[in-house]
Order: sequence, then structure tokens, then C-alpha cells
Amino acid sequence: MALVLSVFEQGLIYAIMALGVYITYKILDFPDLTVDGSFPMGAAITCIMISKGVNPWITLPVSFIAGAMVGILTGLIHVKLQVRDLLSGIIMMTALYTVNLRIAGKANLPIYNCSTIFDNSLVNGIFGDGLANYKTLVIIFIITIFTKLILDWYMRTKSGFMLRAVGDNDVIVTSLGVDKGLVKIVGLSIANGLVTLSGSVFSQQQRFFDISSGTGTVVIGLASVIIGTSIFKKVTLWNVTTSVVIGSLIYKGCVALAIRAGLASSDLKLVTAVLFLVILVVASDRKKKVSGR
Amino acid sequence: MLELKNINKYYNPGTVNEMCLFNNFSFAVPDKQFVAVVGSNGSGKTSMLNLICGNIDPDAGDILVDGKSILTDPAYRRAKKIGRVYQDPAKGTCPSMTIMENLALAENKGNPYGLGKCVNKAKADSYRSILADLNLGLEDKFHTKVGSLSGGQRQALALVMATMTPIDYLILDEHTAALDPKTAEINMMLTKKIVESKGVTTIMVTHNLRYAVEYGNRLIMMHQGEIILDKVGDEKTNMSTDEIMGIFNRISVECGN
Repeated sequence: MALVLSVFEQGLIYAIMALGVYITYKILDFPDLTVDGSFPMGAAITCIMISKGVNPWITLPVSFIAGAMVGILTGLIHVKLQVRDLLSGIIMMTALYTVNLRIAGKANLPIYNCSTIFDNSLVNGIFGDGLANYKTLVIIFIITIFTKLILDWYMRTKSGFMLRAVGDNDVIVTSLGVDKGLVKIVGLSIANGLVTLSGSVFSQQQRFFDISSGTGTVVIGLASVIIGTSIFKKVTLWNVTTSVVIGSLIYKGCVALAIRAGLASSDLKLVTAVLFLVILVVASDRKKKVSGR
Repeated sequence: MLELKNINKYYNPGTVNEMCLFNNFSFAVPDKQFVAVVGSNGSGKTSMLNLICGNIDPDAGDILVDGKSILTDPAYRRAKKIGRVYQDPAKGTCPSMTIMENLALAENKGNPYGLGKCVNKAKADSYRSILADLNLGLEDKFHTKVGSLSGGQRQALALVMATMTPIDYLILDEHTAALDPKTAEINMMLTKKIVESKGVTTIMVTHNLRYAVEYGNRLIMMHQGEIILDKVGDEKTNMSTDEIMGIFNRISVECGN
């Protein structure tokens, strides 16, 4: 039972990050490695703020905004300085390592004795002792669904349509009198905002910031997106963002099963990588996406 | 009035492959004119369109709209007043969006793409009547993804989308070349209808000499970066396809094709 709870908790937290990766990888066709730096940045910002006594709920919007700024920087490097997409992400990821250390002040910052969005007087009062085991999951569920619904709403706006159009056929974006570079920057900004938000929630669930917690984030995100969008390709009952959330849950479940089958937790990154490779091959998503062109 | 003035354009400057495409090239299109442009490959037709739309920059010269230079405007800003349909039907539409979504996107051109809802269901009837006019059965495929339409249907939709909002210039870049003869014919009829009803100044590049003779009120033939034939109004009406073909063959033979 504890295993199932933990899979759902982590799956839903990483789902927020996966929604960001969905925007860059599937919509913009931009493999954004910034994610490996912006995810721990959310954790660094959150842990330093909480350890200084800031209300834990404030850390969520602050993390989102900080991530959005980082996304804008990646976008500017790619669009204005014309650096290739993969390299723009690598540059930002590398730079953020130092930035994150500076924000947190050290490589490891625990917040065990501070109140978090999961552990404060209000939440503890509502859930009481009987449901204490489920409070984290319930709160994560609400945050993830809320984020998903906002993203769904955004995708139906004119700005959201432009985002979809730029990944689909950027010639038409120019034809419609819109600067396609600007649209890409907006997309990267929203995506990294989500990733950083996810890092913030993650650090509050784990109750510490660790500089290496970002390593492999992009792989987890890509795996979740590809699982979700491949398995539920033909499903019309729910939309793609829901598929991505479910993909994230499936992915976390698979990793948990692999660890349970006898692998050590130090094998986690190898399991992550191998599983990702298997998913890529099975979903035959190795090449760039094939559109109706 | 659209003017290209004393344009110079070199490709691969400073290398052994340096090639001069335009040398002191000038060309003007008065308002409401429908110009058909013909010429062999490499004669500069598409380069001329790319210069107008801002996809490439001239090395010297100026491009003027109503007397004002648009040279410093990037392509997307020029596009606000220019509609363009490409040879490749995929370039004019978004394949993963439905017909309705594509039309909603195109209709907002010229306005900011902000946080308002993009698809307005109340517009469905007006979109449907636009599509019904095409006689391609698209009005029944309203919620079909454009990627699954045929090339001819997509190109017709691209043409509708390019001309949905008020534009000053319509650029047609061999827009029927990738279509089968019958579909091409339908698209040309549609082009004529749209150009006449909107009264938009049009430049149409085509490899089909018959279309060049039949459509539009001015015909120019380009060869090696120069305009070697320019017929307007009655002069054009009196030309036959055979006559144009004769001239076209002569220049092709001269350059060894």
C-alpha cells in the first residue's frame, strides 16, 4: 500500500513536469534540456524560502515565475542568438547548476522541521490523524489537476493556438503576421514554469533540496510524455494532457516495480535510462515526430 | 503600388559559386493588378516573391509599398498586409488542427493572439458558407484534421485562409503545381473568384503557360533575373498560349536547356 501511495504521489508530482516537457517536446518539437536545471531550481527556491519561514504556498507561484524566466532565457539563446535547440538547453542546464547552488547556499538543504504545503496546521486540522497518510496524495492530486485544467484552458486561447501552430507548421505563423520566435519563447517559458513548479512540490514532499535531484528529469518527462501519448493515441474520451498525467503514473509504476524486483535504489538512474530506451523503441518515437506533411 | 527598385541580389557572395541573380532589377505592380509570372527554373521568380515577403534580403535596392520602404520590416510584419499561398499545400495550413480551428486561427490575423478563446462556435455558420462556396465538400468535414485532407482540398483551404482578412497583396507561388490537372483547375477558378471579389493586387507565379494567358490582366516572363516580356491589358488579352510558348522555347534553347 505504501508503495502504491508513493507511486501515485511521485507520479502526480512528476506529471506537472511532464506537462511542461509535453509543451516543448511534442508541441514545439524542441528537446529542452533546461529541465534538468529548472526542476532542482524549484526545489532550491522552495527550500530556502521555507527554511527562512516563508508561507509554503507562496513558494509555488514564485517557483513558477522563476522557471518561466529561465524558459525565456533558453528561448532568447535559441531564437535571438540562433543557438541550436539542444545546445541552448545544455547551456542553461549547466549554468543553472551553479545558480541552484547559489540559491540554496549548499548542495543539500533539508527542511524537515518546517511547515510545507503538506504539513501545516490548516492541512493537519482538516485531515486529522485518521487520514494523515492520504493528505499528501490529496493535495498533490488537487495541484496537478488544477495545473492541468489551466493548461487545457490556455491551449484553447488564441495564444495557445499559436503555440500549437508553431510546432505544426511555423511557416503559417509567419504568414499570420506573428513572430514565430516570440511564440517559441512563450512556450519555453510556460514549460519551464511548470517544471520548476513541479520541483517545488517535489522538494516539499521529500523535505529537502538536493543539487543532484535534477539529473535525468528530462528523461523522466520524455518517457512519461511518450508513454502517455503513444498508449492513448486513439483515445478520444479524454485529452492529451490527461494522457501525459497517466503516462507519468505508469512510468513511475514501472520504475517502482523494477526496484521492487530486487534492484537497489542506486540503480535508479540506470533503470530510468533503460526503461526510456525501451519506451522509445516500442513507441517507435526515435525520429522526429511524423506529422501529416 | 508595390515597387522593387534597382535590386541587386547575389547568391554565395565571395565564393567560387558566386552567382548574380538580380542586377539592377526593377518591377512595379499598380493596385488591383493581377500579374501572372512565368519563366524557367532559376529565372528569379520565387526569389522575387521571397524578396517581397522578406524571406531574403536584397544586397542593394529598395522595396516600396505605396512609396514607403518595407525593407527593414521582418517577414512576419510584412505578412500582415500580404497573403501568400505556397506550392506545397502543407505550408498554408496546420495539419494537426481541424478545418474549423484553422479558419479561426486565420480569421484573427492582424489582431493580437492573446488569451481570448480562439474558436467561436457562433462563427460556425459563416465558416460553413465560405467552405460551401468552394464546392469541395469541406463544409461536411468541419471537425476533420486538415492533415487528412487531399492536397487540393488543403490548397483551397490555404487560399481561403490567406485571403480571409483584408490584405493588400496576394502572392501565389506556383500554388497549383503540386495538384492534379482537375484539382488545379478548380483551384484556379477559386483563385479568380477570390481575387475578383476581394479586388486584391495579386502576383501569381506559374509554370502553366495556359493559366498565365487565361488568368490575370498582366503577364511577365522572367529569364536570368530580368523581365524579358511584359504585356498589360489588351496586349495580354491578344496573346495566345502558342505565342508565349514560342518565346519561352526560344529563350530555353538559347540557354541550352
